[in-house]
Amino acid sequence: MSKKLKAAIIGPGNIGTDLLMKMQRSEWIEPVWMVGIDPESEGLKRAAEMGIKTCATGVDGLLEHVIKDDIRVAFDATSAYVHAENSRKLNELGVIMIDLTPAAIGPFCVPPVNLADHAKNLEMNVNMVTCGGQATIPMVAAVSRVQPVEYGEIVATVSSRSVGPGTRQNIDEFTRTTAGAVEKVGGAKKGKAIIVINPAEPPLIMRDTIHCLTEGEPDQAAITESVHAMVKEVQKYVPGYRLVNGPVFDGNRVTCFMEVEGLGDFLPKYAGNLDIMTAAGLRTAEMFAEEAANGAITLPERG
Amino acid sequence: MNLNGKKVTLHDMSLRDGMHAKRHQISLDEMVNIATGLDEAGMPLIEVTHGDGLGGTSVNYGFPAHSDEEYLGAVIPKMKNAKISALLLPGIGTVDHLRMAKDLGVSTIRVATHCTEADVSEQHIGMAAKMEMDTVGFLMMAHMVSPEKILEQAKLMVSYGANCIYATDSAGYMLPDEVTAKIGLLRAELPANVEIGFHGHHNLGMGIANSLAAIDAGASRIDGSVAGLGAGAGNTPLEVFCAVLDRMGVETGIDLYKIMDVAEDRVFPIMDQPIRVDRDALTLGYAGVYSSFLLFAQRAEKKYGIQARDILVELGRRGTVGGQEDMIEDLALTMAREKGLI
Repeated sequence: MSKKLKAAIIGPGNIGTDLLMKMQRSEWIEPVWMVGIDPESEGLKRAAEMGIKTCATGVDGLLEHVIKDDIRVAFDATSAYVHAENSRKLNELGVIMIDLTPAAIGPFCVPPVNLADHAKNLEMNVNMVTCGGQATIPMVAAVSRVQPVEYGEIVATVSSRSVGPGTRQNIDEFTRTTAGAVEKVGGAKKGKAIIVINPAEPPLIMRDTIHCLTEGEPDQAAITESVHAMVKEVQKYVPGYRLVNGPVFDGNRVTCFMEVEGLGDFLPKYAGNLDIMTAAGLRTAEMFAEEAANGAITLPERG
Repeated sequence: MNLNGKKVTLHDMSLRDGMHAKRHQISLDEMVNIATGLDEAGMPLIEVTHGDGLGGTSVNYGFPAHSDEEYLGAVIPKMKNAKISALLLPGIGTVDHLRMAKDLGVSTIRVATHCTEADVSEQHIGMAAKMEMDTVGFLMMAHMVSPEKILEQAKLMVSYGANCIYATDSAGYMLPDEVTAKIGLLRAELPANVEIGFHGHHNLGMGIANSLAAIDAGASRIDGSVAGLGAGAGNTPLEVFCAVLDRMGVETGIDLYKIMDVAEDRVFPIMDQPIRVDRDALTLGYAGVYSSFLLFAQRAEKKYGIQARDILVELGRRGTVGGQEDMIEDLALTMAREKGLI
């Protein structure tokens, strides 16, 4: 029996398609279904061409195939509004849900920081925060694991072309969700998030600045070492994650300047913000698969 | 230019845009003192917030001496006639800040986006309009795109509920002909019940000339700041503008001597540095760079030994937009490393 977990992707848009392309290279996850709501959608056609089963009747159309095709994990790249229902229906059938929407029903997951805990606990729904969160929270955590962080602030600058209508219509959700995760996952006592959209052509590569205010004088050597180690962890699934400058120390301020270049699978390389979401989502599913394969967790029973 | 008999609403920026020039450190007493002076002089509208708008308090833009709540709470009850506005940049502030401002008595909300990104303002403009506030769509860095693009973005903001649209010369880059083209097209194409506004910076010394061009092209709201206290070389200096408008027969409802006195006696004494077209402010206007980058670039020059002018020109070349203050230290570090300084 293959060690790979079989997966469904819900939402055949840019994110879903990029995820599918990454998944086809995965040693641990096998894409089986792509689920949409419009039979004419480009994304479903692309998926079909790539040899994936497609369904244009939403999650309801997938349900009857879940057990038969042994679908174990689903990625939701739709919207916060429909995620709760999607998750409930699939969780009932024992499918682990990786939530790429801002719904955040389940715990936040930032792979190098807390994925191992979620996998060990077999969390049936994990939320991937936001693109800005995936790019910055590892750095906040890199500082807070050395010494307490009183305040963590992140500034994500993304190219206009990489920001879709959903994010634009509810940009407050980005700032709120990211700030919350800077606290809950990053370990800052207080978190703040800022997003700047830049329309320059050619589009700029995603940039992120992370400011931490430490309690007491920052331990420069230990923080620098921790930051570099964390960058390496993120690079395992996002090779284009780079520390451009820093950590800079100024009083109790610690600042890191990052750049996130994507792999350029379906989404262009400058859209590192989208790439880091799909890569983190896939990395999360892979960890569940690894833990199941080595017997550390037992997936829900199936007849 | 004949503006005789026109009426304009002037809008003072000294207590919001001026916060940039004061590193957001204006005291509550200073703020109340200036606002009451402006109120007595007949200024109809005064903006009070962190320089980067509601929720701007941050490492990135600077922590203010007081919170937005404290400033608004101190100033608003002291106003006899003037109304208070607040700025909000989606991506920095949220609808929670908007509700707070409304609860404290803010009557005008100005939702600011980069001139090509108006669609991030839908939820904020929509909510302000729903709460029946005077709702302004504020298109920043308007020099970066064509009049047609500004119009397209303005129409989005109007569709969300804005009753006034600004073309904002955040970099102080525009020359009068450009102001005429952009304001003129907005006035010609937007519904008559939507007001048009212009916000200038004085980085090329064009604040007054551009504001006159804006009125001539159909703008009925003009931003400026008393004594010019604002980012970069400051905003259009309002006491000067009032004198010019007075001579041209434009009605503002403002007492010229009183606003001159506010400038001289209340604003000038709190300036940390002269607000003038110095080498770096001139560079902002010349290179088309967001005016509040000025002090950040000057601090980076001190810390890393790279001329502020060189940093600003490079920021302009890269198409940097408002809010990217974090790029300044990042870029200075990169430039210093390339020069072998660090």
